[in-house]
Amino acid sequence: MTATTLSPATAATDAREENPWGRAWRRLRRRKGAMVGLVIVLLFVLLAVAAPLVAPYDPIATSWSAVRKAPSWAHWLGTDEVGRDVLSRIIWGARASLSAGLVSVGIALAFGVPLGLLAGYAGGWVDALLSRIVDAMLAIPFLILAIALAAFLGPSLSNAMIAIGVTATPVFIRLTRGQTIAAKVEDYVEAARAVGNPHWRIALRHVLPNIVPPLLVQASLAIAGAIIAEAALSFLGLGQQPPAPSWGSMLNSAQRFIAQAPWMAFWPGVAIFLAVLSFNLLGDGLRDALDPRHK
Amino acid sequence: MSALLEVQGLAKHFPVKRGAFGFVSGHVQAVDGIDFHLNAGETLAIVGESGCGKSTVGRLVLRLLEPTAGSVRFEGEDLLALSESQMRARRQRMQVIFQDPYASLNPRMTVGAMLGEPLMLHGLAKSEAARRARVGELLDLVGLRPDHARRYPHEFSGGQRQRLAIARALAVEPKLIVADEPVSALDVSIQAQVINLMRSLQDRFGLAYVFISHDLAVVKHIADRIAVMYLGKIVETATTDELFRSPRHPYTRALLAAVPLPDPTATRERTLLEGDIPSAMNPPAGCRFHTRCRFVKEFCRRDVPELADDGSGHSTACPWWLEFPPASSIVEAASQDQDRIRLARLQAAFVTAQTEAT
Repeated sequence: MTATTLSPATAATDAREENPWGRAWRRLRRRKGAMVGLVIVLLFVLLAVAAPLVAPYDPIATSWSAVRKAPSWAHWLGTDEVGRDVLSRIIWGARASLSAGLVSVGIALAFGVPLGLLAGYAGGWVDALLSRIVDAMLAIPFLILAIALAAFLGPSLSNAMIAIGVTATPVFIRLTRGQTIAAKVEDYVEAARAVGNPHWRIALRHVLPNIVPPLLVQASLAIAGAIIAEAALSFLGLGQQPPAPSWGSMLNSAQRFIAQAPWMAFWPGVAIFLAVLSFNLLGDGLRDALDPRHK
Repeated sequence: MSALLEVQGLAKHFPVKRGAFGFVSGHVQAVDGIDFHLNAGETLAIVGESGCGKSTVGRLVLRLLEPTAGSVRFEGEDLLALSESQMRARRQRMQVIFQDPYASLNPRMTVGAMLGEPLMLHGLAKSEAARRARVGELLDLVGLRPDHARRYPHEFSGGQRQRLAIARALAVEPKLIVADEPVSALDVSIQAQVINLMRSLQDRFGLAYVFISHDLAVVKHIADRIAVMYLGKIVETATTDELFRSPRHPYTRALLAAVPLPDPTATRERTLLEGDIPSAMNPPAGCRFHTRCRFVKEFCRRDVPELADDGSGHSTACPWWLEFPPASSIVEAASQDQDRIRLARLQAAFVTAQTEAT
């Protein structure tokens, strides 16, 4: 009987050796919307990184001979009210927008995930306290809170990033907490306790890796929100300071010339639209690809 | 010989909270004062219907849940007196296998990481190489291949996953394994393989099992002694042979009578249980089984019967068992399920031969 017992390992021999991330990537690749989003995101990242190389003009060099010129071969997207090249400013503006998106969501993740993990895993009064704070912060509209914080910190791009990051944190606390509560009652978490794991190790090694997928989806959607928020803050003069380029501040200066030079407002608008849309498409695609219920 | 595990007066009452303010409106008496012991190398099965508290007992013994009352002594030491970190160190000696092998393995950990973790936690493998060697050895022990260590749980079948769970439990060389319905999520043919694996590992390493199950046919095949639970209490304990030969408690008799027979023409005493198991939030007064007992007396509704030992190690929580009709009518029929197990083993052999052939 022992011989029979100890040999039936054959069924898994032909199984593909593939980790869960490899499987998610394979599923993501099949989704057109997500791939379009990913390509545009990568394009923006490339533009932002290579801005000094690809921008045809200095984004802050003024030229009185080329004020508010319509799009032409010399200035593909036209020029603004002091003769700066709109295309160059959009390319450099991508730096401000993308870094605002990434840094502020990075801040939100860095605070939100540990706090959410703590609240969800520890429960009790820690959870009650953190959850009430989160409720209070979520009761204030996102942009209003970001504007108030940015105004309090003083106008600069880095302060705008901090303000947006802090404002986006409660969403991540709440999401992480909920996912942690769901994951901690799984058998594998109890099994981790049974083999003698300390609590911090269970939280980091057993719970956290299993709740990364929804966090990743939320992060990509939050980047889109953060880009809009940065544009709004810069529009109000609370973000990127002139003359440094930002899509939001470009829109701000364009509003006075909307009738005479509509291209000044059009192109930054398109850039914001595309960036936000592509992050949203990517986020939706990730949600589907990482959902274990989809095959 | 002193017992490996000694449980006395163990109880767990879960508070039930109601309403917006979470006031405690009652308690579910999942386990209500049970005693048992387990010797080294022995298998004690805890059987009963779902909801009788048998899984809770398993978690209490391992202190994965904190008991409301009672004591758990393991190797002579009171586990409930230990601090959190002392308890973690003791976990090297006592392990667990869960029912559902699809839920009990971390989907984002490779098999190698999963099996290496307990070794690392208890300092059982000094180097990376030693750890890898031990992981390979464990996989080999449960009938898998050492190169399976690189894979993720989703690449294995249910039976293989349960072997992985067994390997994880064995990693720290425990003395006691609590197996909570370890085969009830598996196909019958695979059940026999896993049970046989557990038995051969027991012989080899002198393991003691607390084997929690609702399936008497499986229990008969692996247990030395059986404790029958009903609504949070043990109603009968005896050696496996004794329990199947002469069940005494009306509940045990009903359970044995419910084991299906492979022979369609066989007849026997039918003592079908009527009604549902009562709520553990508000269990019946007196004997908890009195609402479904066909031999119920006035005494049973009022007084709680003691689990009384007859001197041979056969204990029954029913003082009237001698007055009941002889159990032979149930038992003769029930003994036929030996055939069922033989059939299951035969099927297992065929399935194995088939997978090996392909």
